[in-house]
Amino acid sequence: MNAKQIDQQQLLKDEKDPLTHTPVHLLSLENVGKHYGNIVALTDVTMAVDNGRVTCVLGDNGAGKSTLIKIIAGLHQHDEGVLHIMGEERKFGSPRDALDAGIATVYQDLAVVPLMPIWRNFFLGSELTSGFGPFKSMDVQKMKDITKKELADMGIDLRDVEQPIGQLSGGERQCVAIARAVYFGAKVLILDEPTAALGVKQSGVVLRYILQARDRGLGVIFITHNPHHAFPVGDRFLLLKRGKSIGYYDKKDITLDELTAQMAGGAELAELAHELEQLGGHGDIVKEVQAEVAEAASAGTPTQLRA
Amino acid sequence: MANAVLTIATDERVSARNPLQKLLVRPEIGALVGALVLFVFFSAIAPVFLQPSSLATVLYGSSTIGIMAVGVALLMIGGEFDLSTGVAVITSALSASMFSWYFSTNVWVGVAFALVVSLGIGFINGWILVKTKLPSFIVTLASFLMLAGLNLGLTRMIGGAVATPSVSDLDGFDAARVLFASTVKIAGVDVTITVFIWIALVAVASWVLLRTKVGNWIFASGGDANAARAVGVPVTKTKIGLFMAVGFCGWILGMHNLFAFNTVQSGEGVGNEFLYIIAAVIGGCLLTGGYGSAVGGAIGAFIFGMANKGIVYAQWNPDWFKFFLGLMLLLATIVNLIVKRRADSSK
Repeated sequence: MNAKQIDQQQLLKDEKDPLTHTPVHLLSLENVGKHYGNIVALTDVTMAVDNGRVTCVLGDNGAGKSTLIKIIAGLHQHDEGVLHIMGEERKFGSPRDALDAGIATVYQDLAVVPLMPIWRNFFLGSELTSGFGPFKSMDVQKMKDITKKELADMGIDLRDVEQPIGQLSGGERQCVAIARAVYFGAKVLILDEPTAALGVKQSGVVLRYILQARDRGLGVIFITHNPHHAFPVGDRFLLLKRGKSIGYYDKKDITLDELTAQMAGGAELAELAHELEQLGGHGDIVKEVQAEVAEAASAGTPTQLRA
Repeated sequence: MANAVLTIATDERVSARNPLQKLLVRPEIGALVGALVLFVFFSAIAPVFLQPSSLATVLYGSSTIGIMAVGVALLMIGGEFDLSTGVAVITSALSASMFSWYFSTNVWVGVAFALVVSLGIGFINGWILVKTKLPSFIVTLASFLMLAGLNLGLTRMIGGAVATPSVSDLDGFDAARVLFASTVKIAGVDVTITVFIWIALVAVASWVLLRTKVGNWIFASGGDANAARAVGVPVTKTKIGLFMAVGFCGWILGMHNLFAFNTVQSGEGVGNEFLYIIAAVIGGCLLTGGYGSAVGGAIGAFIFGMANKGIVYAQWNPDWFKFFLGLMLLLATIVNLIVKRRADSSK
């Protein structure tokens, strides 16, 4: 349905985006697909990311969210379609390539080493060094100071950057990972289910950091299966199901209820109700499912972002 | 919203760490306490233990384990271990001796050849490990068996005996002996040069581990290889490099063995790999990787040296040594575990 190309000019005209001075997207995917052997993990996905915008990718388990971010983060390579960075076609060979292009990923498991101190984790893979040749050593004091300052700027007051990062709470670790990406000049920040394992309060904290990162001018890709987390912070919503895009909406064209209904999959529920009826399933369950179908239908079909 | 100052309240349940707690979270603390207890114990029951010459002997014994323990500790922090180290030391000594003897070259040519062989063994171990993703237990067990076989087979094939011919007549022997197997007089006591090489290696390894980015990568590769890879750490290079560092330590010890005894027994070395691993583990290195220190490995080796010679000075039957070593290993690891749990108990 939305396998056609995004009209980039159209998209930008529809949005007020003071941070984007170029007529191209910071990052865009067109008809991207990926298969592992004969298993198709992702087909025909089209989306865009811009400075100071949050693009949410929503989908249930196995919808292809992970595959999508692995392609953008350079862990896997796509087999179909094109990936553009600032209008230039790219295919990343390794996570390092993606990092060099300004794409930083905060993974579900956070890519932090629990036993290592916070400051070592903060600079891991991008250590500051001083000295020459074989006597190059790390600038430990400077790294500690920067870690402390960057975290303070994000509003995390840490007593001791020397403590193992495993001692921090899930939300705090998440925030350290975000602060790290921001400090190392990420232009695109990919957040893989950052709220999945967190409680309500901690989730709120992380959502606020997402907005902070956005306000700093980053293009954020927020992966989640929770529309209640996505809707308040997102500017655009890409819905995935079974490796396919089932909708790509601008915030002004969709409501939270509609988003939730789309996530729940109205058509599928209807099918299920029908099936249960045929099988002579339990009346109550059928009724329940039918009620949900009705609810989803009443939420209406929102206009899709022209894609 | 945009510029709102966001704060996470400081957790009032966490109090600041006092200096004692800071000391207690050091990986080598368990070993240090153990070493002190052992030192006091042997000093008390065997007064001869405290004589300078006895201490020099203890240090020499410790250094022959400690030199390897440095490399093995780094490798364990990097998340792998190596079962081929014991025989690889002998392989190195055999290569140097057989090469210079067979081709009648200056011994330094053999020494250089042995360095290439040792680094090569480390490289192959590491390369097979990262390519196949097999556990290091299997990969290095295989190389242990192959090297043990090669040591015996090639020595008999080339030299016709189980031991190598003496290299003491070859050119350059005296100079090589000075570098690898001489003694230095300190306050009237002969201290073997391996003690100083050992201390230097520990210092370099500690600096690399704590103060260079390679050290950061070693901790990360052992702590969580996937996380490290995701932030751009060259995990495979780090692991191969660590195996080569172990090879380098094996080369130093192999050269010491060669120039201290002039000849090498091809069947030696089997079982020593465990001593190196034990020293590292007693010193606080986690078997699962990501935690430990080079100094810890050195203290572990010192414990080994003290127990080994202390039993002799106390005039006990040396048959008990292995039992003692096993007990030390168990106690030290339990202490490490308790200390680590207590230090990290805020989870």
